Amino acid sequence: MNHATTPEAALPKAAGVGYKPQHYAQIISDSGTVRWLEIHAENYMGDGGRPIAQLRHLSERFAISVHGIGLSIGGEGPLDQDHLARLKHLLDWLQPASFSEHLAWSTHGAQFLNDLLPLPYTNATLTRVADHIDQLQDTLSRQMLLENPSIYLAFAESTWSEPDFLREIARRTGCGLLLDVNNVFVSATNLGFSPTGYIDAFPLEAVGEIHLGGHDEQTDDHGAPLLIDNHGREVADPVWALLDDTLSRTGPLPILIEWDNDVPEWPLLEAEAARATAALAACRERTAA
Amino acid sequence: MTVSQADFAGALLDATHPPPQGLRDGQGRPTGRRFDVYRNNVAVSLTEALLIGFPVTTRLLGEANMRGLAGIFLRRCPPSSPLMMFYGDGFPAFLGEMEQLSHLGYLPDVARLELAIRRAYHAADAAPIDPAALAPAAPAALLEARMRFAPAMRLVRSAWPIFDIWRFNMEPDAPKPRAIAQDVLVTRPEFDPAPAPLPSGGADWIAALQAGATIAEALETTRSAAPGFDPTETLTLLIRGGAITALT
Repeated sequence: MNHATTPEAALPKAAGVGYKPQHYAQIISDSGTVRWLEIHAENYMGDGGRPIAQLRHLSERFAISVHGIGLSIGGEGPLDQDHLARLKHLLDWLQPASFSEHLAWSTHGAQFLNDLLPLPYTNATLTRVADHIDQLQDTLSRQMLLENPSIYLAFAESTWSEPDFLREIARRTGCGLLLDVNNVFVSATNLGFSPTGYIDAFPLEAVGEIHLGGHDEQTDDHGAPLLIDNHGREVADPVWALLDDTLSRTGPLPILIEWDNDVPEWPLLEAEAARATAALAACRERTAA
Repeated sequence: MTVSQADFAGALLDATHPPPQGLRDGQGRPTGRRFDVYRNNVAVSLTEALLIGFPVTTRLLGEANMRGLAGIFLRRCPPSSPLMMFYGDGFPAFLGEMEQLSHLGYLPDVARLELAIRRAYHAADAAPIDPAALAPAAPAALLEARMRFAPAMRLVRSAWPIFDIWRFNMEPDAPKPRAIAQDVLVTRPEFDPAPAPLPSGGADWIAALQAGATIAEALETTRSAAPGFDPTETLTLLIRGGAITALT
């Protein structure tokens, strides 16, 4: 099935931020270089009240990206039909510019574990994830973007590299990809592979959005660095460098700053977005030169 | 060696359970504390959701005690849906079952009030009726009417002064809680839930109306337990809170 989105409905190739209600008034009065907003789908699945009213108002002024965190696409079990129906309802009334979810699982049986948990990359999991995405895209009648996870460990049983796994899922399902550059850096550090090698191998032609976020630094049992993707601070310098490297190959893309824990005052978040805006401007200059 | 999600999930919630075999670090060694990152993410995120959802309960217990209790609760009752805004439905009953909290008899009801406020915040919008419709132009006809209420309206009944306790912990300069029983009406005039204590009989009257009684029938029911009940104050609270959406 063809799920091509119309060009005028797409996210702008500009900076966006993860929306936090405490920034509502400032975003409405002066959003700086921020041109679009991303919301977590699950936070807007109540029946009404302020969250829905604010989202309606914001969607009249900004392109909105809906980012799901609870569908458990990588789960062994079937997709939660109730949750899928709630998601469809949200997307139907909001008509956002983009919908994305994660290559991860979070539900097991009747339990929702509230984290993005890793899965092995095998032929069997590839088929399962692709089936879930087919079902999702058919139900929602739109293309989705699938995000690469940040990971802390590997599965001995994996037979696919993550970029190849994502490339094959995109090929089979027609979904796009959301490239989280911070996740690449975190996973590469944690598992000892080259982040630029990962970007080299990534199907960049399928990327519809980039995520950036802050990470925390710890160490593992052997004293090796263990980075934690906590979205709780500024984006690290090597991640900005990896962004420049990525943009030089892809050209401009929508770039999101995620800051979900210890959420700062608006000026600090806006400054991160301005840095992404500058990275996009530099990318455009290089292309024009 | 395959790792099932059942194994993974089981070890996440039980720290005494070793991480599943078949997980590796980047050098092919067993994962050790890397698995703890996921354990920590799950426990911390669910604990934070409970602290955010039950701010007054947290103040009453002290944050360290609340974190300890949340850690027990989240393993016993992990969320059953991805809607974290509603996580903790079972928390008041859980608090009531904890023997070490039996000296804080009011705590489960305070937690119930906090749940009701949270539910009211996310409830569907509904336009209130024009209060003029309740003007006693034709009192006899009004007595035969039934009321419909906004989805955001909630009743929380208690033998404890739960409104006083809630307000004392939420508002600066609030008076000290009195030793009285309090039924609380939660309304949502626009976007912010507004809890208010009901006069004696008020909760009975609203509950009878919710069950579909006419205003007269509800008064009769209420007065059998609370003779002389005057609905004026309760009605004022309902109108002020925008809680009445139709008279039928």
